[in-house]
Amino acid sequence: MRIQMRTLGLIVYLIVLMLPIYWMLNMSLRENTDIMSRLALFPHDPTFQNYVKIFTDPGWYMGYVNSISYVTMNTVICLVAALPAAYAFSRFRFIGDKHLFFWLLTNRMAPPAVFLVPFFQLYTTIGMLDTYTAVALAHTLFNLPLAVWILEGFMSGVPRQIDETAFIDGYSLPRFFVTVFIPLIRAGVGVTAFFCFMFSWVELLFARTLTVTQAKPIAVVMTRTVSASGLDWGLLAAAGMLTIVPGALVIYFVRNYIAKGFALGRV
Amino acid sequence: MLKTMDNRAWILVLPVVLLVAYNSIIPLMTVVNYSVQDIFDPAHRIFVGTEWYRQMLHNSRLQDALWRQFVFSGLVLLIEIPLGVAIALTMPRKSGFGTSLTLVLIALPLLIPWNVIGTIWVIFLRPDIGLLGHFINQTLGIHFDYPTVPIQAWISVMMMEVWHWTPLVALLAYAGLRSIPDAYYQAARIDGASKWAVFLYIQLPKMRGVLMIAVLLRFMDSFLIYTEPFVLTGGGPGNSTTFLSIYLVKIATGEFDLGRAGAFSIIYFLIILAFSYVFYQVLTRAGTGEQR
Repeated sequence: MRIQMRTLGLIVYLIVLMLPIYWMLNMSLRENTDIMSRLALFPHDPTFQNYVKIFTDPGWYMGYVNSISYVTMNTVICLVAALPAAYAFSRFRFIGDKHLFFWLLTNRMAPPAVFLVPFFQLYTTIGMLDTYTAVALAHTLFNLPLAVWILEGFMSGVPRQIDETAFIDGYSLPRFFVTVFIPLIRAGVGVTAFFCFMFSWVELLFARTLTVTQAKPIAVVMTRTVSASGLDWGLLAAAGMLTIVPGALVIYFVRNYIAKGFALGRV
Repeated sequence: MLKTMDNRAWILVLPVVLLVAYNSIIPLMTVVNYSVQDIFDPAHRIFVGTEWYRQMLHNSRLQDALWRQFVFSGLVLLIEIPLGVAIALTMPRKSGFGTSLTLVLIALPLLIPWNVIGTIWVIFLRPDIGLLGHFINQTLGIHFDYPTVPIQAWISVMMMEVWHWTPLVALLAYAGLRSIPDAYYQAARIDGASKWAVFLYIQLPKMRGVLMIAVLLRFMDSFLIYTEPFVLTGGGPGNSTTFLSIYLVKIATGEFDLGRAGAFSIIYFLIILAFSYVFYQVLTRAGTGEQR
């Protein structure tokens, strides 16, 4: 009986959790006139026209292409730069290491709003405004510290004896790192990639500031649905549903590690 | 674990340092530069010293926003932490299809772009087309119109925030629970411990480390919140849901008052820095204190 009560509670919670998303799905399958005319718990006359419109209009689907481009770029930059740094933090003491780690942390906690105007000016000055590179680089501000942190947590879980044995066996540091160490922490690498992907994907403020037309992310394109006749709720909902898809796909692969990632590799 | 002293490790850290420095030190210095000048246009600027700081510190709207921010972050913690722990306790302890499904569903809100979170709730709360808005208005008979009634705007923002981030607390607490060996529960059963005793003396202490991280992450991130309430309420009605970031962006890009925005940014950043320091201390202790 006890177990059943628990499960029941969980099911109720999951239903409440899914309701707002379901409601958006419901909206996305209806036409705007239908949405405005009556409240329906499920689409009586489901139509995919909102989705068709998004997939056939470059102004819309390029938003997804742009988002995925800079998010991927950001994830790659973060992993490449953070892997050696995290190794350094987990294995060595060096002058200023604690201060450096704290300084990195402050950037994860910095209010993005503070950086808006300077970022705009900085990236305009170096002529990178409205490129994927600009957004990818800007997102390293919060993703790199996070990546170093998570990876450091995972790396500290690997015994040092493994490093020492490998070095005695004649491995050089780079060779050991690529052929032995990275495979050992592949779960950590996966989780880190996922987190970089996720935080870059959900961020809007920088992405909006640093793009004009060419690299505009989908989250910004979504603000287009306001027209003379008011908001096109159906289209807005469909665009919103499509932004959930990439996350929902990748989350399945890291489901058992996601909490460890949030705990910065320290569970 | 003893680490070797080796300053060549700096070479490994260098790429990260350069990238982050590029993105943080240059912009921060720019902000400092703005905060001590009165800028009319790029050619005409006057050095004003600490004038903007004095103005911003005595600015009642900034003080209001700051208090609002603390109340908001406090409420977030008070609601999300117990709720998250409660949810984690109901989750199945053994792995299987049900567990995987639960994990994926719970994590889903965390992966939705923040402005889409706002959009979801705008759609969900509209009195005419939203399920919840319609339900409250028609079925419960309460007049619900969050864009015009401050208290309802607050409730709406809180609902959205709790919906969005409680899963994070639940996931962390769940990971803490999973790390408890079965032997602990068996021992408790032999001792005839009650559910409550098990929670208080086994589960809660074992969750301490992750809960600490959850508290601090939630505090920090709710302190920086911008996009979700901006989409949902735009900071209104009036200024009732104008949190620090919303107010800052209003000054910086709305009024384009760079001097005051700069001073505001530095004050904001210093507050964050103070909290980050506490965060760092607690976290490094949690990391070394409870190694399993």
